[in-house]
Amino acid sequence: MDEAISYERYQRQIILKDFGDAGQLKLLQAKVLVIGAGGLGCPALQYLAAAGVGLIGIVDDDLVSLSNLHRQILYSVKDIGSPKAERAADVLRQLNPEIKIIPYAKRLTTQNALSIMDAYDIIIDGTDNFSTRYMINDACVLLNKPLVYGAISQYEGQVSIFNFKKNETDKSVNYRDLFPNPPKENEVLNCAEAGVLGVLSGIIGTMQASETIKLVTGIGKPLVNRLLNYNALNNQLYELELSARQETLSLIPGNKYAFENMDYNWLCSPGENQFEIDSNFFDDLLITGNVDVIDVREPDETPAIKEFAYHQIPLTQLLKNVSMIKSATVVTICQSGNRSLRAAKQLTTIFGATKKVFSLSGGIIQWRQQHAKQLL
Amino acid sequence: MKTLKVLKTFRVAWLKMQINIIIFGQLCEILGENLVLNNIADTDSLTTVLNEKYPGLIDSKYLMAVNKKLVTQNTHFTNNATVALLPPFSGG
Repeated sequence: MDEAISYERYQRQIILKDFGDAGQLKLLQAKVLVIGAGGLGCPALQYLAAAGVGLIGIVDDDLVSLSNLHRQILYSVKDIGSPKAERAADVLRQLNPEIKIIPYAKRLTTQNALSIMDAYDIIIDGTDNFSTRYMINDACVLLNKPLVYGAISQYEGQVSIFNFKKNETDKSVNYRDLFPNPPKENEVLNCAEAGVLGVLSGIIGTMQASETIKLVTGIGKPLVNRLLNYNALNNQLYELELSARQETLSLIPGNKYAFENMDYNWLCSPGENQFEIDSNFFDDLLITGNVDVIDVREPDETPAIKEFAYHQIPLTQLLKNVSMIKSATVVTICQSGNRSLRAAKQLTTIFGATKKVFSLSGGIIQWRQQHAKQLL
Repeated sequence: MKTLKVLKTFRVAWLKMQINIIIFGQLCEILGENLVLNNIADTDSLTTVLNEKYPGLIDSKYLMAVNKKLVTQNTHFTNNATVALLPPFSGG
């Protein structure tokens, strides 16, 4: 630790009883990976960077959109359309240039999860879907890494620490001990469908940062094997003690090979959501200008598009003409959103993680209707 | 005779047995409010009773905790037990 600079920066926490120089040194030596730089990730990242966690990794493949800004407080209007992981890293470097920050602007998959996560001591789950949550849980069990879990819905949030043993004789608990299998489609709504109070993600994400700091420094009683439920409407806290289920271990892949071949998307059947965007998101992307719009209809189909610039590449000709696509962000459109979805999937298989490909849900018809309503 | 008396006491205690159910998240949309139920012996019976009364629960995922402890197998209730029904949240 560079005493001359750092002591001043961290002085208010170093003088805390039980924290001291030793606690600060532990934080500066800690390596924490935050998966998901959204509603939970932003506040967690902000406090961990401010507190002086020495190495922070940020995994997120998403781009900033206007509907994120009510809760994802590291971003501003000028960031719309930019990759979240990289924007978050830039903001945090300005907050604390004395620590190291590594952005991973890609989707966590069974192919890259183990190698990314293995380089860190503690994993923070700030993701927004069950398939990634189960994948992270299983990877933490395989790699034997503590997982600081947080999740929100509407006005309520949950926090816990999984897969952590204070002593070798202790039994650790993981997310599958609570919910052995992921819910099926429609069994639970996500934030986009159910809504969420912005400040709630701030509270829960900040609690995840606080639990992480307690784990690293060894102060207090972290939420190991306990789940805390917070309700923002009535301020009620409910805490329950967790215990292992016998069947849990049989549900988790037993080795790297089994993990890499596990299909987490199928487990939760998220459908086509990773490609589809709505009219509002599309408009946000158009404003940024860094996007290639591709009309995949045949040339004589109507309505013809006059409102924005686009390339016309019919679906049947798409794979022969991919060299026309230059931007890192691509939106495919068609009449109603079916052909464009197929096009988005085809382009993703070609471009992989190098480009982010979206399909305009509902097609040009729905986009026009949306704008007609706004004009009324 | 002694056995009968014990049985009788047990029956009286069982008849009076009350459990308090507290619900979280979107289960509130199915169950409305926290509930008080009588004469339910264990967590398996509670699931059956709730599924009959609130069919929306059959397709809902949730964990059960009795007196703030996660239930991982059928658990007998004591009088005045508090049972929490907590759904998974995915949002971030």
